[in-house]
Amino acid sequence: MQLSLWTYEGPPHVGAMRIATSMRGVHYVLHAPQGDTYADLLFTMIERRDQRPPVTYTTFQARDLGGDTAELLKTAVAEAFARHQPEVLLVGESCTAELIQDQAGALAASMNLPIPVVPLELPSYSKKENWGASETFYHLVRALLPATSTREPNATHRAAQPVRRPRANILGPTLLGFRCRDDVTEIRRLLDRLGVDVNVVAPLDATPANIRTLLDADFNIDLYPEISRTTCSWLKRAHGMPMTSVVPIGIGATRDFIEEVALLAGLDATALLDREQPGRSGMGASASRLAWYSRSVDSTYLTGKRVFIFADGTHAVAAARVAREELGFEVVGLGTYAREMARDVRDAAQKMGLEALISDDHLEVEDAIRAAAPDLVLGTQMERHIAKRLGVPCAVISSPIHVQDVPARFSPVMGFEGANVLFDSWIHPLMMGLEEHLLAMFREDFEFHGDATASHLGHGRPVVAAEPVAVVEAPAPQPGEPVWNGEAEAELKKIPFFVRGKARRNTEAFARERGLATISLETLYDAKAHFGR
Amino acid sequence: MNDLSAPPAAALNRATIALKPLRERGQREVFCGLTSIIWLHRRLQDAFFLVVGSRTCAHLLQSAAGVMIFAEPRFATAILTDRDLAGMSDANDELDRICTTLLERRPEITTLFLVGSCPSEVIKLDLAKAAERLNTRVMPRVRVLNYSGSGIETTFTQGEDLALKSLTAFMPTTTEKQLLILGCLPDVVEDQFKRIFAALGIGPVTWLPARTARHLPGVGPNTQLLLAQPFNGETTRALIARGAQLIEAPYPLGATGSTAWFAAAAEAWGVERAHFRSVIDPLVDRARRSVSKYLPRLSAKRVTFLPDSQLEIPLARFLHQECGAELVEVGTPYLDRQTCQSDLDQLPSTALISEGQHLDRQLDRLRAAKPDLVVCGLGLANPLESEGFVTKWSIELLFSPIHGFDQAGDLAELFARPFDRRERLKV
Repeated sequence: MQLSLWTYEGPPHVGAMRIATSMRGVHYVLHAPQGDTYADLLFTMIERRDQRPPVTYTTFQARDLGGDTAELLKTAVAEAFARHQPEVLLVGESCTAELIQDQAGALAASMNLPIPVVPLELPSYSKKENWGASETFYHLVRALLPATSTREPNATHRAAQPVRRPRANILGPTLLGFRCRDDVTEIRRLLDRLGVDVNVVAPLDATPANIRTLLDADFNIDLYPEISRTTCSWLKRAHGMPMTSVVPIGIGATRDFIEEVALLAGLDATALLDREQPGRSGMGASASRLAWYSRSVDSTYLTGKRVFIFADGTHAVAAARVAREELGFEVVGLGTYAREMARDVRDAAQKMGLEALISDDHLEVEDAIRAAAPDLVLGTQMERHIAKRLGVPCAVISSPIHVQDVPARFSPVMGFEGANVLFDSWIHPLMMGLEEHLLAMFREDFEFHGDATASHLGHGRPVVAAEPVAVVEAPAPQPGEPVWNGEAEAELKKIPFFVRGKARRNTEAFARERGLATISLETLYDAKAHFGR
Repeated sequence: MNDLSAPPAAALNRATIALKPLRERGQREVFCGLTSIIWLHRRLQDAFFLVVGSRTCAHLLQSAAGVMIFAEPRFATAILTDRDLAGMSDANDELDRICTTLLERRPEITTLFLVGSCPSEVIKLDLAKAAERLNTRVMPRVRVLNYSGSGIETTFTQGEDLALKSLTAFMPTTTEKQLLILGCLPDVVEDQFKRIFAALGIGPVTWLPARTARHLPGVGPNTQLLLAQPFNGETTRALIARGAQLIEAPYPLGATGSTAWFAAAAEAWGVERAHFRSVIDPLVDRARRSVSKYLPRLSAKRVTFLPDSQLEIPLARFLHQECGAELVEVGTPYLDRQTCQSDLDQLPSTALISEGQHLDRQLDRLRAAKPDLVVCGLGLANPLESEGFVTKWSIELLFSPIHGFDQAGDLAELFARPFDRRERLKV
């Protein structure tokens, strides 16, 4: 048993729902008791979907458990087929149905419906949502495509039809993913400029008929490895379709992605990458404004800002690179809740001299964030809550998301436009450059005090006063711990609140190391000199 | 005092409504009983709810309210894993370990509810035994109770019913004459009701649940039981078994419902009619005035309720009787005549009462009937809006103060707002 207050991911059948609901012409019969329909809300509320998810729940009750739950399932399958006329039927079980072992998938398959029936076995007691989505997508693709290739090896495949442009499938985007809708639009544009046609986008908005044509593409873009890596790897293995390895989030990754795609497509990307040279200044330095905005002097105040990153694997790894290489932040924490992506995140963390935090326990994440005392948290909606509690600015960069993370406006995070969005949305929660300096200079100003919120956020509402910053502010003195004298304590209060926690920690660590019983003004400034900024 | 409650004409319907409601089985779009924890854990400030279940249960709890309540909640899930199911670890030992950790972390907790779920019931994990075992270790500081919130046995608000029922076993016996109000109410409503009972001279008044789980009211042969919520049938029967006498009344929604509810209590207490009038009439007047603002938007509107919170029948009574709405279909997860008869009696015979659900068939009826307003859950609201229906999401009716005279206007406003919004929007 595992004690859990909040979970980053739902159970695997919710992952299967994400695939079914993302697509058209697919229906999912879920053997499940009353209550499991809560998952419909994820789509109708968070994503504001205007249709019910294409899911039929069998709704078995305690009194059915004696015998006829299997019959209920068959009725539900027959009714769902008759009413919704899907092209493909997914059949699976939620956690409770898994225990009663009706073999829902096999049972449905035995009904000889005139459409493909894809049985899903998603172990609820060991696996989670993203895994469930990935497996569902994989099994769906397997059910609709031949097991071994009838497809020519890549080069000859193209040579046979020399007049057409290279074609790619974009695989991975789903509902409840982070900004998938807009990322697809942005990546389509990018591919078009590069001279690549999009064959199929899946699962988002794809039909089973689309899936059947996946092999018509020359290669696959593994846009969201959490969902599509298993499928892309199989397409590579069984059908010789190459796949991309770079996820184009941030300018650097977008440039790498263009190069990788150009290589796979046999195209020349010089025109697109010509001005994309690291080190160039000015508005024209890149197709994304991030490059110049980040170099412009206003952004100097971003230098070395401490950022803690916790997200799904794809967005965590990408965010770490953007934070460090494109905004000049210092990454002080990097982790993921997605165990399937642990290796990627560990590698990325190691390169930055960090140990990755791989955990789906939000309390552990909260402790890690508190210990790192970051200036900015980049995370999921869970970290937004944690950051709010700690009084630290935060931007959401990954699922799980809340309704406010599905904006009405076009806001991709991939490609060059995506980099613009990242710049805006990560910088916005921070104190603006000169304001931060003024705050530090005139701490006694009654309206402009350190606990005031940044002037571009809210309207002078006493956000901070309402937050329990006290957690950081006034730790109970521990026996044997250095004690602050009055003067030093007063001086500490002159440091802006968002770095005060860090200053307190550093000074205490400094005093402890030197065995000082009291922290004086001198200790505070000695520590400041020792630690630097 | 009967003339204070129902208009006499409504009594004529008693026979017709006693007819069979439409009973349906099939796919249900209704929460399970675990969902009640979302408000119960706020009401019972010394209690913690530990669901023994799956990741699905945990995910439900954080998704059902539509938002995460991130103040450290007084609920959590002990998620069963493969190891528990394969017998590699003893589920009982694991549960003990988790409870111990939890109670160490939260020393202010004095009542721990072990809440059964679908998986815990299917694997027959005996939470009653677990509670008994834990009690030998943690009493008297903490009392451990258990109930089921599983979807195979309970719907949505039944979770409150079974939680409260588990408390009744610990209610002391009393022979004192008292009025016991059953069902969670918002604090503001409870305070208003206390003032009204005091003005009427009715008392002592006790509440189940009280604001803590450890301070339970007594129950006995001189306890008069008045229901504030329509979904606590099991608890009602448990209290009756302890000697309590059920006062039959409609629920205190709107001016008429509230009047009848207080009138029923006043009758049991032998309150003078003139005194009753002097206390209640100004409240009725104020309630009517506040509701009247919304009548133009609600009268003659055709309304369908889809089954959700079990409040459907009393709410339908309010909309019909006090706002002039026409009822097309009133769907409810289950029909408990013992707790709903007084409201049921006042529904028009033209309304289709349905119990249970076969979602697709019910939606077929809805599309055929084309009501002006559909009261439904959040899983259906947006899809129905996109089909052109005006909807009111029912969970808001459970999370807002709607009971009593001074909330009558707010209640009407909740139903009127979707129409108001439609009129405003020019997009």
